[in-house]
Amino acid sequence: MIAGALRQTGRLFALAAEVSRAVFRRPFQFREFVEQFWFVASVTILPAALVSIPFGAVIALQVGSLTQQLGAQSFTGGASVLAVIQQASPLIVALLIAGAGGSAICADLGSRKIREELDAMEVMGVSPVQRLVVPRVLATMAVAVLLNGMVSVVGTLGGYFFNIVLQGGTPGAYLSSFSALAQLPDLYISELKALVFGFIAGIVAAYRGLNPRGGPKGVGDAVNQSVVITFMLLFFVNMVLTGIYLQIVPPKGG
Amino acid sequence: MGIEVVVEGLTMSFGKQNIWQDVSLTLPAGEVSVMLGPSGTGKTVFLKSLIGLLKPQQGRVLINGVDMVNSPERDIYETRKLFGLMFQDGALFGSMTLFDNIAFPLREHTRKRESEIRRIVMERIELVGLLGAEDKLPGEISGGMRKRAGLARALVLDPQIVLCDEPDSGLDPVRTAYLSQLLIDLNARIDATMLIVTHNLDIAATVPDNMGMFFRRRLVTFGPREVLLTSDEPVVTQFLAGRREGPIGMSEEKDAALLAAEAAGSASHPAGPRDIVPQLEPSPGLPPRAAVTRRRERVLRMLDQLPPAARAAIRDTYARGAAAPTLTMPAPGSGS
Repeated sequence: MIAGALRQTGRLFALAAEVSRAVFRRPFQFREFVEQFWFVASVTILPAALVSIPFGAVIALQVGSLTQQLGAQSFTGGASVLAVIQQASPLIVALLIAGAGGSAICADLGSRKIREELDAMEVMGVSPVQRLVVPRVLATMAVAVLLNGMVSVVGTLGGYFFNIVLQGGTPGAYLSSFSALAQLPDLYISELKALVFGFIAGIVAAYRGLNPRGGPKGVGDAVNQSVVITFMLLFFVNMVLTGIYLQIVPPKGG
Repeated sequence: MGIEVVVEGLTMSFGKQNIWQDVSLTLPAGEVSVMLGPSGTGKTVFLKSLIGLLKPQQGRVLINGVDMVNSPERDIYETRKLFGLMFQDGALFGSMTLFDNIAFPLREHTRKRESEIRRIVMERIELVGLLGAEDKLPGEISGGMRKRAGLARALVLDPQIVLCDEPDSGLDPVRTAYLSQLLIDLNARIDATMLIVTHNLDIAATVPDNMGMFFRRRLVTFGPREVLLTSDEPVVTQFLAGRREGPIGMSEEKDAALLAAEAAGSASHPAGPRDIVPQLEPSPGLPPRAAVTRRRERVLRMLDQLPPAARAAIRDTYARGAAAPTLTMPAPGSGS
């Protein structure tokens, strides 16, 4: 049981290493990359935007209500923006990339595997990792980074709107607390998280897709598992990255 | 001329389940070999081990000095370009048309111009009789067509070694006969080493130069076709006759008690004379198979080591020459 889990983990890391190596191997599958990028982007942009507005609103309302009780309304803007950019935005992006893009990638690779298409490819001397997995992982990473920018903007605007319109905050206080507490490294860590989450989502989806267990039902199970495994890894990695960030980057307000 | 494939001491298990052990054989360069065996004896696994898709726990598969089991991945990928493998159901890429499927290896491995690719691909499509279907998707054609398209794709890089996984499954007897002829014609044209895995007795009787058989986790025999066709091993005779009586049971094999009971009641099944059908000749207009001369020399050299019945059958075959009509040969044990 434990040995099995360790073996799976090891093979997941082996695939990650193989993909990292194969990224630099020519010829780069540019066409496949563009197609996958377009696909992942098209299935995630709209849901991401629609999710980020209420999410920004919820954080703004919650933080606003708390700060009101503490008598620190003037810091609402900075606090809610930091929460959106550093935590909410990368996680929303990762959940959508894994749920919409990763599941499709896993199902696609899995069905190719059980139809022996991947074996056929290997027999023809073409590595499925280089030909199929690398463009997909790069596509999820690139989409994650760009989408993260969009979600940050939309989420922040949503928070701003709800704080000003519904809670009677003032635009001046919102913006000044924002510039007093937030700094550029907050944006960097946000984008770095998105990049790492995109990589994890792509690798896990590819790994489960390449190793389905027996038949069409196995592919369904693999898709299911890939989404669950990705989610668990995401929250764990997010915790680690946040912990490291808070240790090494001094807070601006302090 | 094709390349010799040497298999030494190959042993394969999945977890605790042993598939076959200590398999050693040599596929002679340019000759056609058939591997027989009841369903579930690991024939397809053997095929995939030859090409390095599955990794047996022990043993070697040597092709041009590259061990397909243990060599570095890079060498294995390079050596695979010498292979053409026809999968059981074609294994075509579902998102590509037949033309793109067949052109895939050319586009990946060569820098040929599109017009050149088109010429080669259409030639292969014509060879397997799929003209007019090149713009269809694999989902839109029948199983037999998919098989032939898979064969065309396997042939497009002029392979030195052609492996066919059950070329007959899902085909009617007439199409199977055409396919047998196609395989022989192919051998005459490109002189590649060929291995066909099947349990179709017609293909086994008419196509190969060499035959082998898997049973009970081992290679029962491998050698010139006459050896297997004249063999009096119970497994082989049962399989070739397609009878229920014998060591092969519904689920893989029978136990000793059942066999004994069967032996007591099976006096009514004498091993009747078995015919050795002459091998197929290439279609008129094609060059003769280069492998025939090579095989003749090779087989005559090893004649002393073969069982007497096989020796007689080989002498008989070569005495008759290539143009002889169908002759029946009494099987061993029938008293001749």
